[in-house]
Amino acid sequence: MSHPKTFLCRCEDVTLEEFREAYGEGFSELESLKRYTGVGTGFCQGKGCMSEAAAELARLRGIEPGQIRLTTIRPPAEPLTFGQLAALDEPIFHAAQEEEE
Amino acid sequence: MIPLTREQVPATADVVLVGAGINGLATAYELAQLGMKNIVVLEKTYIGSGSTGRCGGGIRQQWTTEENIRLAQESVRMYENMSAELGYQVFFRQGGYLMVTENENDLPALRDAVALQQRCDVPTDFLQPQECLEIVPDLDISRIKGATFCPRDGTAYPFAVVWGYARACHRKGVKIYIGTTVTDLKTTEGRITAVETDRGTIQTPLVVNCAGPWARSLAAGIGVELPNRQERHEIMVSESLKPFLDPMVISISNGIYFSQSMRGEIVGGIGDSDEPRLPGPSRFKTHSGMRFAVRFAQALLSYYPRAAEVRMMRQWAGMYDVTPDHRPILGGVDGLDGYFHSCGFSGHGFMLGPMTGKRMARFITTGRRDEIIESLSLERFSRGDIQADAFVVG
Repeated sequence: MSHPKTFLCRCEDVTLEEFREAYGEGFSELESLKRYTGVGTGFCQGKGCMSEAAAELARLRGIEPGQIRLTTIRPPAEPLTFGQLAALDEPIFHAAQEEEE
Repeated sequence: MIPLTREQVPATADVVLVGAGINGLATAYELAQLGMKNIVVLEKTYIGSGSTGRCGGGIRQQWTTEENIRLAQESVRMYENMSAELGYQVFFRQGGYLMVTENENDLPALRDAVALQQRCDVPTDFLQPQECLEIVPDLDISRIKGATFCPRDGTAYPFAVVWGYARACHRKGVKIYIGTTVTDLKTTEGRITAVETDRGTIQTPLVVNCAGPWARSLAAGIGVELPNRQERHEIMVSESLKPFLDPMVISISNGIYFSQSMRGEIVGGIGDSDEPRLPGPSRFKTHSGMRFAVRFAQALLSYYPRAAEVRMMRQWAGMYDVTPDHRPILGGVDGLDGYFHSCGFSGHGFMLGPMTGKRMARFITTGRRDEIIESLSLERFSRGDIQADAFVVG
């Protein structure tokens, strides 16, 4: 994981080098890094890359990975087509509880 | 480079803006442009983390009140030049807004709105259903009874806009503190004296409340009662597709809006009248629901059946800061020197923000009368001078 051209996010082709450049631009938390580089926004929705992105950010900031706040996980767990969604009866439950601080 | 600090805040400032969304940053930038020094912006989470970063990025001039039309029109002119002005690509694209209705009874109101917008030099036209196909070729027009279209409306990437403003602010010497929560505003003898935060206290004679859905509770702390209510709204993004959709399509019948981002995604949401309006809780629930996903998908396919095979990638929610007449609250408060607010945008802060920032900055630095700020002052609610804008969608 140290070669600059290593892909950090394989869905969106984000390299370690690009991630580090974004950090150098001033983006120092994962929510902004995700929106600036696209890391974690592809088909896997971060399942394959977000923990590694957090570890890399911890290295850059010189803190422990456990101190990095991960991005909010957004539904659906797997991408669904609008046709699949429209065919569902309108459910009344809520998923993915998220609270703003 | 945007050097965002998590350090102790400075002991003094000439002005403190609360909130690093479009309004806080645009106002800070314009204050700096007018020569103000020692400007501090405080943001409790990260830049754009509130309503700005959760919005659909739409910028339209199609409104039913002159203040909203004029503010949006002036903002569009600023967006047209924004990438150059800020030295940052904000992905502004003018594909227009196509506003449709399924209800014959709406047609007179649409025609009235077109007439008002044309009087304000906004180039909106009324369209028959068939004419919509020239703008969106695969649109299902079977239930559409009429539409309006303004080709100069558009979209931008909300995060790029706030990052651009933040960079430009930095070049002008504005200090932006993220991860910094304002805990209290301090007043003495009817004037602002300080802002207390979890990273120290700043002595300042001027505060601008740009805290969006948090503006109400911030103001309440110094006895300013805002009528704003906070409402959760949901939104989603699809996988990226080749460019196929020029305008933002919105329906005043079911509250859906959808456009295509420059990254190729369909970005869209739909209003939900079952959503409660909350009187400013200190913690907002911004969870995502299946109810939204299903309602959005059904409404999208009712207008754009070809999207049936397109995948939805993710959904999220944000807060609208809603006023009784769906128009922002700008200006100051009588009897409280040094306090200003720019809030209550009712879901449209991103499109109005560049211009309200400019007008607020001019008003704050010169004290010169501004007729739009005057008519959108908090006082209008006690004057009973309330003229609601009818075109709130999403």
